[in-house]
Amino acid sequence: MRFSKDLLQLDPAQETARIAGAVRSIMRQDLKRRGLVVALSGGIDSSVTAALAVEALGASRVFGLEMPEQHSAPETLSLSGMVAQKLGIQTVHEDISGILEAFGFYRRYDAAVQTVIPEYGSGWKSKIVTSDIMEGKGFSFFSIVAQPPEGEPVKKRLPLKAYLEIVAATNFKQRTRKMLEYYHADRLNYAVAGTPNRLEYDQGFFVKQGDGAADIKPIAHLYKTQVYDLAEYLEIPEEIRSRPPTTDTYSLAQGQDEFYFALPYDRMDLCLHGKNNGYPPEAVAESVSLSPEQVRRVYEDIDTKRKTTRYLHLAPQLAAAVPEIKLSK
Amino acid sequence: MSDIRTTLKAFIIDNFLFGDDNGFADDTSFLEEGIIDSTGMLELITFLEETYSIQLDDEELIPENLDSINNLVSFLSTKQVPQAQ
Repeated sequence: MRFSKDLLQLDPAQETARIAGAVRSIMRQDLKRRGLVVALSGGIDSSVTAALAVEALGASRVFGLEMPEQHSAPETLSLSGMVAQKLGIQTVHEDISGILEAFGFYRRYDAAVQTVIPEYGSGWKSKIVTSDIMEGKGFSFFSIVAQPPEGEPVKKRLPLKAYLEIVAATNFKQRTRKMLEYYHADRLNYAVAGTPNRLEYDQGFFVKQGDGAADIKPIAHLYKTQVYDLAEYLEIPEEIRSRPPTTDTYSLAQGQDEFYFALPYDRMDLCLHGKNNGYPPEAVAESVSLSPEQVRRVYEDIDTKRKTTRYLHLAPQLAAAVPEIKLSK
Repeated sequence: MSDIRTTLKAFIIDNFLFGDDNGFADDTSFLEEGIIDSTGMLELITFLEETYSIQLDDEELIPENLDSINNLVSFLSTKQVPQAQ
């Protein structure tokens, strides 16, 4: 079959029914919990996951959590509130800034950035960006972009120690949120729904024991383009569907494709689908407006990320088998 | 030349292979063999900068310079590292 964007098309009604059935079956047979907790970020993935949970179990068995902190985008809460209202689910607002403060997150983060940009401090905003793999044949490496309260952003390549400390500190956010999700899941006798789409799941774009932790991941098999299709079918508010995807993790707005992915999601989806289904770069290039050589680099980057993030998917490894404990059905 | 080669090899084997140099050769590609990932590459760059008191520019961070012991030795010779001359 000739490669085209249409290959990602699905029947949203059919897929919604299929996922809802799978969620009910997993809840009944494996998880044996009475409902689902979903963290609502105001983004497309968590909104669709919550809507699918409602389709599967009913609004009364879905509990939403809104967990912004002081670096979150100001519109986060109003968007997540909009989804909760539309779905008719109960939610609780847990601002995690105080917990992050107690962990020393803000202090640790600022100290790590100051090793590279000594003047960084109060009122500054920052984010991590990666080098553009489409630009050349070099290794990808990370830089910090920091902007003073009134001034132009500065960009510095991150040495190992600063990079690791910034990422380690930032991971407090995802892990704090997950801790609260499991608190509410435990008190309600619910399970936790994770919200990764296929790009994130396949390419390891999550924090281990942070947003990567969950009991069920209902949209992990869906390309992001397909998540948007389901969002429209599930009548997720237009404000959320038209918002560009961001990580909402750093104080400066950060697109997912400037931190992690080689391309914006719609073209990344096509490359991943092409690669997964055996299409050579030449067959995919036109659909994503790239040269075959550039698609080949994206294919290589997909393999590299699969290799380097494999450990994120692994359960704790044992030095010898314990055959009595069977994890698969 | 051999000093620098020995130092680099010892660093790679000790730091990334936990002392097991099974099959590791001077022309082994760190990336293709899965020995070094992107974070590992940062470790290698930091090691080079600190050990040899050099600065690596962004455009120098390419496989031709960094992706094997042979490539590293040849790259360091262009960076005026005394032992690599």
